[in-house]
Amino acid sequence: MSTRLASGGRLIDRSKQVQFTFNGKQMRGHAGDTLASALLANDQMMVGRSFKYHRPRGIVASGAEEPNALINMGEGARFEPNQRATTTELFNGLVAQSQNHWPSLEFDIGAVNTYFSRFLPAGFYYKMFMYPRAFWKHVYEPFIRQSAGLGRAPKQRDQDTYEHFYHFADLVVIGGGVAGLQAALAAATAGQSVLVIEQTADWGGRAPVDGVADDSTIDGMDADAWVAQAVAKLDAMDNVTMRTRTMGAGVYDHGYLLAYERLRDHAPEAKGPRHRLWRIRTKQIVTATGAIERPLSFAGNDLPGVMLAAALRDYVVNYGVSTGDRTVVVTNNDDAYRTAIVLKQAGLEVPVIIDARPEGGGALMAKARDMGIRVDTGRAIAKVKGGKRVTGVQICAQAGEGSVLEEIPCDAVAMSGGWSPVVHLWSHCGGKLIWDDAQAHFRPDPSRPPTGASGEGFVIAAGSANGALALDAALADATAAGVAAARAAGGTPDDAPPPKADALGEAALAPVWMMPQGANIKLRMKSWLDFQNDVKVSDVQLAAHEGFESVEHAKRYTTLGMATDQGKLSNINGLAILSDALGQPIPVTGTTTFRPPYTPISMGAIAGEARGEIFQPLRRTPMHDWHDANGADWEPVGHWRRPYAFVRNGETVNEAVMREVRNTREKLGLLDASTLGKLIVKGPDAGRFLDMMYTNMMSTLKPGKCRYGLMCSENGFLSDDGVVARIDDDTWLCHTTTGGADRIHAHMEEWLQTEWWDWKVYVANVTEQLAQVAVVGPNARKLLEKLGGMDVSREALGFMEWADGTLGGFDARVYRISFSGELSYEVAVPASQGRAFWDKLMEAGKEFGVMPYGTEALHIMRAEKGFIMIGDETDGTVIPQDLGLDWALSKKKEDYLGKRAQQRSHMTDPNRWKLVGLETVDGSVLPDGAYALGNGVNENGQKVMIGRVTSTYHSPTLNRGIAMGLVLHGPDRMGEVLDFPGTDGKTYKAKIVSAVFYDPEGEKQNV
Amino acid sequence: MLILECPYCGVTGEETEFHGGGEAHIKRFGPGSSDDDFHDYLFTRENPFGVHFERWRHVSGCGKWFHAARCTKTLEVFGTYSAQTTEPPSDLRAAISDKRPGWTWREFS
Amino acid sequence: MSDHVTSALAGAAFDGFVQLREAGACGMITLRGDFSSAVFQKAVGEVAEGAGVPKTRQITTAGDSAVAWMSPDELLIMCPHAEAPARAAALAQALSGEHALAVNVSDARAVFDLTGAGSREVLAKLCPVDFAPGAFKQGEIRRTRMAQVAAAVWMTGPDSFRVVCFRSVAAYVFGLLQASAQPGSEVGVFADT
Repeated sequence: MSTRLASGGRLIDRSKQVQFTFNGKQMRGHAGDTLASALLANDQMMVGRSFKYHRPRGIVASGAEEPNALINMGEGARFEPNQRATTTELFNGLVAQSQNHWPSLEFDIGAVNTYFSRFLPAGFYYKMFMYPRAFWKHVYEPFIRQSAGLGRAPKQRDQDTYEHFYHFADLVVIGGGVAGLQAALAAATAGQSVLVIEQTADWGGRAPVDGVADDSTIDGMDADAWVAQAVAKLDAMDNVTMRTRTMGAGVYDHGYLLAYERLRDHAPEAKGPRHRLWRIRTKQIVTATGAIERPLSFAGNDLPGVMLAAALRDYVVNYGVSTGDRTVVVTNNDDAYRTAIVLKQAGLEVPVIIDARPEGGGALMAKARDMGIRVDTGRAIAKVKGGKRVTGVQICAQAGEGSVLEEIPCDAVAMSGGWSPVVHLWSHCGGKLIWDDAQAHFRPDPSRPPTGASGEGFVIAAGSANGALALDAALADATAAGVAAARAAGGTPDDAPPPKADALGEAALAPVWMMPQGANIKLRMKSWLDFQNDVKVSDVQLAAHEGFESVEHAKRYTTLGMATDQGKLSNINGLAILSDALGQPIPVTGTTTFRPPYTPISMGAIAGEARGEIFQPLRRTPMHDWHDANGADWEPVGHWRRPYAFVRNGETVNEAVMREVRNTREKLGLLDASTLGKLIVKGPDAGRFLDMMYTNMMSTLKPGKCRYGLMCSENGFLSDDGVVARIDDDTWLCHTTTGGADRIHAHMEEWLQTEWWDWKVYVANVTEQLAQVAVVGPNARKLLEKLGGMDVSREALGFMEWADGTLGGFDARVYRISFSGELSYEVAVPASQGRAFWDKLMEAGKEFGVMPYGTEALHIMRAEKGFIMIGDETDGTVIPQDLGLDWALSKKKEDYLGKRAQQRSHMTDPNRWKLVGLETVDGSVLPDGAYALGNGVNENGQKVMIGRVTSTYHSPTLNRGIAMGLVLHGPDRMGEVLDFPGTDGKTYKAKIVSAVFYDPEGEKQNV
Repeated sequence: MLILECPYCGVTGEETEFHGGGEAHIKRFGPGSSDDDFHDYLFTRENPFGVHFERWRHVSGCGKWFHAARCTKTLEVFGTYSAQTTEPPSDLRAAISDKRPGWTWREFS
Repeated sequence: MSDHVTSALAGAAFDGFVQLREAGACGMITLRGDFSSAVFQKAVGEVAEGAGVPKTRQITTAGDSAVAWMSPDELLIMCPHAEAPARAAALAQALSGEHALAVNVSDARAVFDLTGAGSREVLAKLCPVDFAPGAFKQGEIRRTRMAQVAAAVWMTGPDSFRVVCFRSVAAYVFGLLQASAQPGSEVGVFADT
């Protein structure tokens, strides 16, 4: 039975009770508890079922490395799966549910898998689900989807908020144990800015717990006292920032570090963001991330009640919680003796310490024996007895195959296979590791750190994260690391000696990868390496046997080290088994790649503020609110929102579009054209420059005149188009497409800055300075004349001319240009007056039948006139010649961007598809993007295609379907009828016609 | 994520303030050039595992284009310099030689 | 035409752990040219009430005017909104013999004021810039990325900042600043430096 002890618990406040529920059951803990310690205090040893065999699983660890105690946290809009009970701070009203079982934790049908485990070895999925092929979709996949996965997906929108924070520090120390604190103290003397972060809520790490067992001291103080004064000292320094509940999540190129601050996980009702992702730039990082204890691989090591030795003592010392009354300790090193000593001090039974080393340990062993604890050396656990809970262990010789010598009843097992430095953050950005034979672990190789922008290393490991496991060694190492980091960051730290640590010495550990070393297959099939993914010793051996020799392959074949814990417990043990199976030393096998984040971070933290209204920038014109209030059906165009149509009550969107086209053609329409790009190009070389940018000749344009221009990339492909107006002798104004303003501005600057930097040209993007309205239709002139202030008559302002003036009291520039074939003016006013101008046009236009129109009506009207649209008729592979725009390609110019490319053989191929109009025989609308069928099949056996539809609409003006398309030899095939199969199974017949469907003589705009 | 120093405004900023613009010091070939020259100009690029010269634009800052000498293997940045030049400055080339003796890139070394 | 003029968000405001206000319509002129030219320097001084051409990434102020360094060949001259057209014209006139470009862009942008001790933190949540007091000082202008859009920021007092972005994304930027200034989201790092 696990329970709360009558006294003890350095992190809990026994005067404060906390209520929570687990699987609907009311439980109580104390302030300072983790969910894991509180569950144990309530005798809730079993916390979940394993992934594959659905075996009962208990809490194994006390920190971030916990593989089993994954829970569904919270409810509704605060529900989150896969939270580790060991890192979840208890709060009043916490609701937790165990995962991965059905119908209940105690009785789980999936547990029958364990009886079939011999049929579910590594690679089972790959082998089993291949055949028959049809079974995958209908049988296997639905079944796997039902039973696989950890936890449930949240169903509601997350109610919390999240944010990012950009932080800059000369030095960052990751880890707030004694090594991290000492490194920070040593480094901070240089006066540089230092950030110290600790993933848990408390400073100090393991040292205060270990000190309880061995009475160790630092500078004559117990560890708690030393930590308190160290934190106080650092807190008092202006150049040091301290943060608990903040995990170093990932180390990236050039000193970029992500830290994950959990602000409200322990206090969900408090105001403010739940998590904050710190995006840190730093010169030097000290990783004082500690070490993680390894499990031992013996049969039944996954039963609830088998726990890491250090975790067991954490629960006693930190939370006053005992895991069991009788705990067998099994180890290959001295550290686990500390657990036995702590348990004995707490008045609990330790029937035996099983030490796999023939000679046992050093001073800690002597101390344990002095306390009257039995120590058996050269022994091993053959098997743990029990079902949902440990009931005893069978002891055997470590050197043998598992013959049972003795059976000892117990309700908990504390195991220790040695310690592995947490090298994740060191390794994320390329830091290399070396194998330490004496301590049987990989540790950072200080000669091969990750390197930054300068080419120098920017990470230094400190303390047990660097393999300095003993207290005195860790403090000395941390001091050196702090000083080295401050120096590397350009500071001059004081050279102070490390604090003096007084602790019991430790004897060497003996590597034990399998227990007993000659364990038979029955035992190996019950010896777990990876608790979370149900990977056993036998699975890794099978993988090696089947040829998955690379550690990365073996990982994926067996799933060892996958999922949320990423092998924090299983990694080294698995590598050792794989190496043994391959008959090679562990360093030859190497490790899998350590990738960020260190432990999972919330999706909310990654998104930061980018949710809801500010998920992405929406660009709004000055008239946006009017559109919104008047039925705009919005269409995204890049980040802009443009009205697709203005829908009236009782109308469909399509009906609105048809009405808008008819009204504009017959009376008067207004289009918000503010999104069009407007670039001012000025300078003595501006004309010459524009002649290079455009295919047309722009230098010869007269002031006061406009010209439609095409822009191509150096590849020759059409990139943008728009009307260019010459403002004065050395100034032009270039209109771009809605999506093109920033792109074309950048394009112009690129050529000016990187190719023709001696040309005297300045470009300014004035897109957002101006609100622009297209006033279109037979009544357009009447409206502008009613506003008054400018002569917009046919004589004063001819087609493709512009003029400045005052229109109805507004500063206006009026362009007489048309994208619809109607009499049309585009009027630009300052953006701050845009809304007022629009209101005025609507008001004054009433008597002329004014209506706003949207982008779809715009598209239909331009298509009726055969005008191309960038992005419809062009797709990055189309050249002006394909679209019959040869008239816009200056013959006089020696050069323009794209000219040379358009001379390439592929570009001059007479078989390039060319633009034509398409008219369905029955008047219906051709499907967009449909292909025209030719005769026969190509070399791949596919039907030959001879054209495709680029734009297609129902024209209310002509009351029939009209389309444009690119067709092989199209202009030479007028009148021919082509077949366009649709995705609806029908074949559409369309006749090749001129693309100008409406008013080919241009009489409507020539008034 | 890289940090780069814009030689025009002096800002040392993170990569998200900048925009990569591909290989540096490409000579333009226009009308009148041979098919091969034009093809190489458009399509042939270096792909070194080591010293590389690139174009970047300080797009969220002063808007200027500049050049960067960088190691594609270690991501070390040897230096940034003006866009208004057809070749890497000699002092930068010397500095790279100190760190990567024997480096070559196109016609430069 | 002042009776027609509206700023992007018509003076929107939010009080969080700092105060956020849209500053209303501000006059702005983009000026490109050769900073080293005496004619250029004289023209700037004349329209900006004596505020001189700033050094790299600096902003100078005089009276109602300010001159911000935008790039090695671009300044942003700020003045009362109603005066911008005339001042742009005056600049163009004064620089008619030079290669230069002066254009009124007063309406192309939205302007926000942040006031309060936490202003540095609000900005540091959104921009990859070191806003620590020792790193970012009055007199400096920084063009950068604010979340997903371009922005420029400078200090208008010991605890106050001005933020400029493009007009079309004014609502987005206001939303960013509002979210970052929510009570309870104070970070507290600049207080102890």
